[in-house]
Amino acid sequence: MLLVRHLDRMAWLFLAVLAGAVLLLAGLNLLTDPASFWHVPTYAVSLVGKYLCYALLALAVDLIWGYCGILSLGHGAFFALGGYAMGMYLMRQIGPRGVYGNPILPDFMVFLNWPELPWYWHGFDWFPFALAMVLLVPGLLAFLFGWFAFRARVTGVYLSIITQAMTYALLLAFFRNDMGFGGNNGLTDFKDILGFDIQADSTRVALLLASALALAMGFIICRAIVGSKLGKVAIAIRDAESRTRFLGYRVEHYKLFLFTLSAMLAGVAGALYVPQVGIINPGEFAPANSIEIVIWVALGGRGTLYGPILGALLVNYAKTYFTGALPDAWLFVLGGLFVAATLFLPKGIVGLLRALTSRRVGVAPRAPEPAGEALRADRRGAAA
Amino acid sequence: MSLIPPPAPDAASHQPILYLDGVTVSFDGFRALNELSFYIEPGELRAIIGPNGAGKTTMMDVITGKTRPDKGQVFFEGGIDLTQRDEAAIAALGIGRKFQKPTVFEQHSVLDNLGLALAGARSPWAALFGRASAADAARIDEVLTTIGLAAQRGQLAGALSHGQKQWLEIGMLLCQDPRLLLVDEPVAGMTDAETAQTAALLRTIAATRSVVVVEHDMAFVRDLGVRVTVLHEGSVLAEGSLDQVSADQRVIEVYLGR
Repeated sequence: MLLVRHLDRMAWLFLAVLAGAVLLLAGLNLLTDPASFWHVPTYAVSLVGKYLCYALLALAVDLIWGYCGILSLGHGAFFALGGYAMGMYLMRQIGPRGVYGNPILPDFMVFLNWPELPWYWHGFDWFPFALAMVLLVPGLLAFLFGWFAFRARVTGVYLSIITQAMTYALLLAFFRNDMGFGGNNGLTDFKDILGFDIQADSTRVALLLASALALAMGFIICRAIVGSKLGKVAIAIRDAESRTRFLGYRVEHYKLFLFTLSAMLAGVAGALYVPQVGIINPGEFAPANSIEIVIWVALGGRGTLYGPILGALLVNYAKTYFTGALPDAWLFVLGGLFVAATLFLPKGIVGLLRALTSRRVGVAPRAPEPAGEALRADRRGAAA
Repeated sequence: MSLIPPPAPDAASHQPILYLDGVTVSFDGFRALNELSFYIEPGELRAIIGPNGAGKTTMMDVITGKTRPDKGQVFFEGGIDLTQRDEAAIAALGIGRKFQKPTVFEQHSVLDNLGLALAGARSPWAALFGRASAADAARIDEVLTTIGLAAQRGQLAGALSHGQKQWLEIGMLLCQDPRLLLVDEPVAGMTDAETAQTAALLRTIAATRSVVVVEHDMAFVRDLGVRVTVLHEGSVLAEGSLDQVSADQRVIEVYLGR
């Protein structure tokens, strides 16, 4: 298979660990007695599911930032849009079980005295349509945004600033009740997904497995891309954009492709996140959220694919721990982590691990050439 | 006879590979290029000299599509107007450019640098699904030998010496296989031995294509032994052999005499 040919032993190991971990969690939740020491409570299952969604989001940011040098400080927007698309489906699933018992209109529309469903809510009662929107809405926004930004050659910090502006504008828009997305409160009080009770242990476990599967698929796609010539062109753009242009590459097309794909991955992450946390509101568009994603990626090690996944898991576990144990300390810890990563771990945790395991100086962290080949090349060079 | 326009490129007898006609570029009122006109013959190796600010780099920017001129036209191989195209389109037409500061992809191996430059499809789609062919590998081997970096093929480009990076960049341009090559100060910062090697390399390259070299180093220009164009304040001051232009009183005043 085309996608799998780029996977090396390390990649297979990662996928195996991911599969093993979630299957173990699933088993310990569903197959053990709730009183047993080995039992994993359902809230923990959903917590891990949430972390995996964040990991997919971090992976999406790494694809464009780590490999193509596009620092998006607005990726939370694509995550939130995917989340809203899923939230709209879940709202339609409530049916007449809402507080007001209206079979068509979600509660907040009844409350606002809306006579009928706005046009853009139609179709969301059908799961495949909602799923398509999860990909298309973030993808289309990223495509349009990238089309204008990359053609106008907006790069570096300027691009980062306008991505922040984009997510902030969406934050303000989604806060408005007139937008028809529940305003300040967002979408919540979900009941079913695909006919299954969203609170049931088995549904929660299924969502965890779906998140792990999405992360694995995202990882395999990203690996295939960075292992192809397209990945090499992306790195070339990151390191010497005008050289790449003068070699005849349309830099804006490459950026647009990667940016759009990355936004779609973020949308999938958001769509899986919403049923597991049970709510989506405009807070997800907050600029600070997008900056936090960048911290996960930087701490884990950008341009490695493994690093951002690890970073997202570690930082979010720490966040869960600190916001429980020392709520006031969390922001200081987060800030400290970022400063420490910038000062001491410029290549992140994975970069440090690679430096420790490989003593070859000045050689790229890539598959080295077979020794025989290099020797022959040496001899040829000496003869020339 | 003064009413007769300058010799327009005549398709039948000789067609210049590059023809600049009255090109003017201003930055905030400063005229970097001022009605600049000249042409390059197919297969010609031409040196362009001039003091700082004479417009040499702006001229390259205009030819390669980085800067759009306010006025004037640039024709490639007869009828193709370059001022209407962007960098990627101009590169695809067969014009390569070497920067003043060696610009290679430092995080890629020497081999990958050449592979990325290799002529071929440039779309993301082709890059995603394309595979390197045996012919590509053979071509890269050939270029590696030409530029003398066969032994460093697996090394990261960032680990090369300054001179080696210059050669790698020239090698990338060879892989790109342009018909016209623009080279900006190829020997700046090189040792004498490296300079001589570079002159030989450029002469080899010029055997099969047109090359324009912008250079400050007079010894190097003399080594090349080619026709020289002197730029001053954005237009051509003199043209001819190095001995001819060195004897020109105006050239001595603005450039050589300083």
